[in-house]
Amino acid sequence: MTIDTNAHLGHWPFRRHGFEDTGKFLDKMRAAKVDEAWVASFDSVLHKDVAGVNERLAAECRERGPGLLVPFGTVNPRLPDWAEDLRRCREVHKMPGVRLYPNYHAYSLDDPDFVRLLRLTADAKLLIQVVVKMEDERTHHPLIKVPAVELAPLPKAIAGIAGLRLQLLNCPVPPAGEALLPLARAGVFFDIAMQEGVGAVSRLVDRVGPDRVLFGSHFPLFHAESALLKLKEANLAADTERAIRSGNARTLLPT
Amino acid sequence: MIWDVHTHLHGVEGRTPEEKMAQLIKFADRMGIERVVLFMGYPFVTDPTPEQLREQNDQVLKAISHYHDRAFAFVYLSARHPDASLRELDRCVKDGPMVGVKLWVARRCHEVEIDPLIRRATELKAPILQHTWAKAIGNLTGESHPADLAILAKRHPKAAIICGHTGGDWAIGVRAIRDCPNVVADLGGSDPTTGFVEMAVRELGADRVVYGSDAGGRSFASQIAKVQGADIPDAAKRAIFKDNLKRLLTPILAAKGVKP
Repeated sequence: MTIDTNAHLGHWPFRRHGFEDTGKFLDKMRAAKVDEAWVASFDSVLHKDVAGVNERLAAECRERGPGLLVPFGTVNPRLPDWAEDLRRCREVHKMPGVRLYPNYHAYSLDDPDFVRLLRLTADAKLLIQVVVKMEDERTHHPLIKVPAVELAPLPKAIAGIAGLRLQLLNCPVPPAGEALLPLARAGVFFDIAMQEGVGAVSRLVDRVGPDRVLFGSHFPLFHAESALLKLKEANLAADTERAIRSGNARTLLPT
Repeated sequence: MIWDVHTHLHGVEGRTPEEKMAQLIKFADRMGIERVVLFMGYPFVTDPTPEQLREQNDQVLKAISHYHDRAFAFVYLSARHPDASLRELDRCVKDGPMVGVKLWVARRCHEVEIDPLIRRATELKAPILQHTWAKAIGNLTGESHPADLAILAKRHPKAAIICGHTGGDWAIGVRAIRDCPNVVADLGGSDPTTGFVEMAVRELGADRVVYGSDAGGRSFASQIAKVQGADIPDAAKRAIFKDNLKRLLTPILAAKGVKP
């Protein structure tokens, strides 16, 4: 079984990716033998009416991919009355988590509203996904350059929040350097979409532990095959691969 | 099976060139890579002295010494040191086992100081892989934009040129080299984005696109996915994975009496 914890639906503003139609997206997921995909909407990144974005996402998942598509709405703590968006994600749309884009929504991880959002999300028993980057900064549109999320304030922001479940998406963990290890020790999860280098996933497992790594493809901006082939390249023990493909995700988000 | 036009020792575990090479081949085996093209030693040096060029090329020569059935090597040169680079070209290609040239970021490739290297490489039938990037955050001082490479390619229409990384930002890189028939696009060293290979094949033709990984900094997996996941015919995938690189290397391999 494979659970893809990092996918998006819809149109990306800066280029065609070929899977704009949800039907085509679903065909690819099934061909890749992905049993469940945690999806957000690309509209979450730049739209300001995120309540509308979340509502459309929930409907699309319900109508087009029940059982396969699991919607993750977004909350932007820079917008007025953002806590209502969080409430609707949980109570109205029955979403199991929310996906945040701090760099595109222009706040840092030591922002008091972000810390409050973490607390409310933990209280609501929702999983919180923080997208560190969407694309390589070197390839951004010249008028829309968005640096990756600065993670240094995160350990302090999450300290002491009981019940918090947090995953970093598209967070390259460099082969050397200790900066991200405290996050793993604090219970933060990582996906494999942007882990790079020969044997990158086995190296990630060695560094943060097999229980902290989740399968994530960043499809459809990235080919779904990339994350799948990374597991082949890592040549992990069978139980470790099972944990990454689905076991850790299922623990994080019980059915 | 796959031929990979772009691999390094840098980023691969191991204390010596031989250990790093064994590790690289272990992963290559796992991913169905039959042959790799290897260049530059470790650590990476952006503006190497003549002595450093020689050291780095010696590391590569050591690395391939037990893998002649699996690895080709390109000689690392710098247009900042044309005379020393010509000596390295003769040492490693004319008189040694290397079969191509790698140029990185010491000097932009449209500048005329590079011309003696290109002319000599072309005489030796050696393909030239020039690193290119079109970075939104700004290139290094000596780092070539793919448009620089187009200028070079038009000045040397008989040279066999490989556009390293297809300019990184491939939507720009593909366009930059589109009207340079002597330039092929190296797919390696960027994120496994959907649409890249489709655009390259549409604009350049499948015979001008070659698979490369940029391992060890990149995984073989993410780079293979660009081709495997692309919406292009299977014949095009076969050409990109192996046939095009094999064709590119055939003249120099034949001149050296090496059977591919």
